[in-house]
Amino acid sequence: MLRQVEGSKAVADTVAACRPQVICAYPISPQTHIVEGLSQLVKNGSLEGCEFINVESEFAAMSVAIGASATGARTYTATASQGLLYMVEAVYNASGLGLPIVMTVANRAIGAPINIWNDHSDSMSQRDSGWIQLYAETNQEAADLHVQAFKIAEDLSLPVMVCMDGFILTHAYERVDVPEQTQIDKFLPPFVPRQVLDPSNPVSIGAMVGPEAFTEVKYMAHMKNQLALEIIPKVAKDFQEIFGRSSGGLVRGYKLDGADTVVIALGSILGTIKDVVDEMVAADIAIGVLGIIAFRPFPTEAVRAALSKAKRVIVLEKAFQIGIGGIVIENVRTSLRGSSIKDYTVIAGLGGRPITKDSLRRYLDSAIVDGVEDLTFLDLDQELADSEILREVW
Amino acid sequence: MFQVRIHGRGGQGVVTAAELLAQSAFDEKRFAQAFPSFGSERTGAPVVAFCRIADSEIRVREPIMFPDAIIIQDSTLLKQIDVFAGLKNDGYALINSTRTFEQLGIADNNARFITVPATAMAMVHLGRPVPNAVLLGAFAALTKVISLHSVTDAINVKFKPKIAASNCAAATAAYEYVFAMVPADA
Repeated sequence: MLRQVEGSKAVADTVAACRPQVICAYPISPQTHIVEGLSQLVKNGSLEGCEFINVESEFAAMSVAIGASATGARTYTATASQGLLYMVEAVYNASGLGLPIVMTVANRAIGAPINIWNDHSDSMSQRDSGWIQLYAETNQEAADLHVQAFKIAEDLSLPVMVCMDGFILTHAYERVDVPEQTQIDKFLPPFVPRQVLDPSNPVSIGAMVGPEAFTEVKYMAHMKNQLALEIIPKVAKDFQEIFGRSSGGLVRGYKLDGADTVVIALGSILGTIKDVVDEMVAADIAIGVLGIIAFRPFPTEAVRAALSKAKRVIVLEKAFQIGIGGIVIENVRTSLRGSSIKDYTVIAGLGGRPITKDSLRRYLDSAIVDGVEDLTFLDLDQELADSEILREVW
Repeated sequence: MFQVRIHGRGGQGVVTAAELLAQSAFDEKRFAQAFPSFGSERTGAPVVAFCRIADSEIRVREPIMFPDAIIIQDSTLLKQIDVFAGLKNDGYALINSTRTFEQLGIADNNARFITVPATAMAMVHLGRPVPNAVLLGAFAALTKVISLHSVTDAINVKFKPKIAASNCAAATAAYEYVFAMVPADA
């Protein structure tokens, strides 16, 4: 139903309509409204057959999710930032055990210094955890991706992280066609687990694996993760047939026809980028946008195909790896191998710094004539940073 | 696109005001995006919320730096922050105050700048010093960007019937109060 609704509420209502059987909840900003919304739906009886478990930490949230999923329950949790870091050991176990848990990450920066605002440092830190990672551009897509996430997770028996920008999406109150129960029931069949922990039919999962087979297990995990490159577009197509709108998939191009320069980004910043690109295209600048929805597995071939006509690629990222630079760019380069496409990285929006159209336009105007460094920090107060570095070093 | 910035203090319902405004636009089948300023909200601290209203999908996610209108829920903020920052030349300003712009010491007064005794009006209709409904009714009369009908629709969506009824009465009274004082061509 079309509603004017807070992003978190749209996600909570959508997750509830996916009929989860266990929800593990531990509050952390900016995720809290999602599990609060779900707790109300459980309490008022509109989400039946679901056990809502208030746990004592994020580590417990994922541990309980693992236990619940292993007994065959459709399981959901949500977190952000330090909360995600606190559950990391269990995050890796969930994927290693092949448990189709769906988790929302309401993207937020990682301290220190402590910061509650949005960037992608949290989920990016888990890019190698074996989870599938999907990034939502809008609240509509955030809601829709949760429906798709349960399907993808259960088709592959792998956990899926749905990443939505904290505050920017979670706290935005806007128009969302919240997926209907009848549509979701048509799209998402009841969960049939691959294996179930059952005392009357005992099995071991997560047994120790020694050097003789550990490599094979990791190779299999990689190959299974790669299967998602076929499943994700298929699920998006099935979704479109039932819900009548396009959401999800691996990547999404915008004005790529004839674009010499392609701007790549993930998440809600794509909207602002598209507005800037529209203005530039209107000024006869050959520029387009490529949004990456599935970051894990990384859609190397889909990105390569989308960039086949490009001369220059600019990756805008809301996280970076201290000591080397961009994260997304390192991944995009697997698609650029053997090409002569130039690439630039711009780090923006860290710890919630607003990414404005004006700043983006200034940067892009320089970038399209190769007038930028390989790595740029958008709107950096260079003088302040330099003076502090000098003071600390000398 | 019409962009509104709402200033108030934590606890006054700044975020709710932005959401009600967005809901009003939604009720008119338009697109709207309301969002808070994402601070660590504390009771009494200055808080900002934003609302964009447009006839097509709103993609931009930057804060509103050049508003078409500002709504000030608490006039004590005038001494604390530059609430007028970036306000467009033909922009609207709506301030909750019992005083006039002259009395508030704001020189560049014009027909699009008005004050409304919103807290006092809220006390009459709601019995509580919550200025939201009054300010939104006044906003509808001042800017004509949304109708009073949409404002009361939005209030009925967001609040339970009893609370909604008194808020609708407050919004309607404010609408009539401002409608009488604003020239038709403002």
